[in-house]
Amino acid sequence: MSLADKLFHYDDMQAQFWRTDFPILKSKVHGKPLIYLDNAATTQKPLSVIEAERNYYLNTNANVHRGIHSLSQQATEAYEHARTAVQHLLNAASSSEIVFVRGTTEAINLVAQSYGRSRFHSGDEIILSQMEHHSNIVPWQMLCQQTGATLRIIPISDEGELRMDAYADLLNEHTRLVAVTHVSNTLGTINPVAEIVAQAHRHDVPVLLDGAQAVAHLPVDVQELDCDFYAFSGHKLYGPTGIGALYGKAALLEAMPAYQGGGDMIRSVSFAETSFNTLPFKFEAGTPNIAGAIGLGVAIDYLNGFDWEDLLAHEHSLLTYATQALSEIPGLTIVGNAREKICILSFVLEGMHPHDIGTLLDEEGVAIRTGHHCTMPLMERFGLPATARASFALYNSRHDVDVLVNAIHQAKKVFKQ
Amino acid sequence: MTELRELYQETILDHYRQPRNAGRLADANHVAEGYNPLCGDRIKLFLKVDDGVIRDARFEGNGCAIATASASLMTESIKGKRADEALRLLEQVHHMVADGGSGGAVGKLAVLSGVHEFPQRVKCATLAWHTMKAALENVATPVKTE
Repeated sequence: MSLADKLFHYDDMQAQFWRTDFPILKSKVHGKPLIYLDNAATTQKPLSVIEAERNYYLNTNANVHRGIHSLSQQATEAYEHARTAVQHLLNAASSSEIVFVRGTTEAINLVAQSYGRSRFHSGDEIILSQMEHHSNIVPWQMLCQQTGATLRIIPISDEGELRMDAYADLLNEHTRLVAVTHVSNTLGTINPVAEIVAQAHRHDVPVLLDGAQAVAHLPVDVQELDCDFYAFSGHKLYGPTGIGALYGKAALLEAMPAYQGGGDMIRSVSFAETSFNTLPFKFEAGTPNIAGAIGLGVAIDYLNGFDWEDLLAHEHSLLTYATQALSEIPGLTIVGNAREKICILSFVLEGMHPHDIGTLLDEEGVAIRTGHHCTMPLMERFGLPATARASFALYNSRHDVDVLVNAIHQAKKVFKQ
Repeated sequence: MTELRELYQETILDHYRQPRNAGRLADANHVAEGYNPLCGDRIKLFLKVDDGVIRDARFEGNGCAIATASASLMTESIKGKRADEALRLLEQVHHMVADGGSGGAVGKLAVLSGVHEFPQRVKCATLAWHTMKAALENVATPVKTE
């Protein structure tokens, strides 16, 4: 066994060990062991996260904030501990810069409606990129309809990288905001977000980063990036669905009007006037997803148990191995070949529609996603109606890639390709 | 695997690879578009209807094997049929793929019956058919399966 093989072998053993933290990965699909490669849609949850939600409802269920009884205090502590966990995950300067939301989509809508609607006017421009998820397009389109602002789009190369030269040209005195994804959910491309922020700031333009695909696969430091807003979802980070966070620089959040009205976000209410709560509560109207936030906190604790170097090395070696293995399949084309990528592989197969591939792979126990991945403008760019997408997480191994490749060969046999 | 072979049987794959009646119909008098947001299947259907009888049918679009084969098979089977007969056939095909009903009355279209075992693919199989209904009823907005 060569040294490289030994390292691969060690890496696989490590992933097999990590895998045991995720109960669902023991499941079978159509009698075959589940090979879960739909992590860009949602990751599986470790037992500790599942237990944390259960424990909250079993032992500490109570509404948060302003409760005088013990359970409420415990629930509030756990909820606020989760906020601190998010603060540390993103290295935000203060936990008051962390607003709990339903997910990335709600975070972006919050910024569009609270930050954008009160400020943007006809003639203003918002810069997005061609590789955005619909949730980083539609909220801005809605805002454009309300304010008369327009969208400007950063084009991408055939490899799936942002055309930074074009970006520089798009920035001008009309630009009011840049909203781009940190990592593409369809192509896996890691965008040069620090550079994007730096260029925008030279024009005094704030930047929102969609971190939905980044947080589970890359260390994120919002202070180092100097981004103005950062949005992510808990469920793509081994946490529960229905919870996510928006980071915003305190000065920006302070100056922004409330997004939704209701309980928890107020200081005092009379029929004549309402004064609003301090950050971050000003943006958290109504009883929040307490169990979800607690689960997210535990998911972050789980991730903190790893060394980022190990995770990055593992997922990078998976990317290299999977790219090589898929490239060797006749008729298969990988869509998205950026130099900097996380382990997401979108592909098309000659003579087979992605949807048929999805059905055939499922028969082999392999869960992938097929379709436009909520990035229809990106599909348009590549002239494709859909792709098949295999997306990996920390618990995936080379074995999973081998099963995927074998399943693709089986699918081709059915289609006599 | 048997169910899968049933779904992707030879006739289906044949109609997927070589769709019958593919292309536009210059003298069509009923046209409609259909779209399946789930997998991106798109179809544009052209019908020539005279005296209530479908004289010709063609389609173009991009879809998975099931959607394409279903459109191809449909155009073959509705040619020469009266509009009301074609709509009845739609009901029968829908009943077969969505509810697992008998394919006894649909003749050759029974090759689509395997779709019933794959609920997430029913929309692929019925897209062309719903589009046909829209074309006959002159519905201008594209038909969506969601």
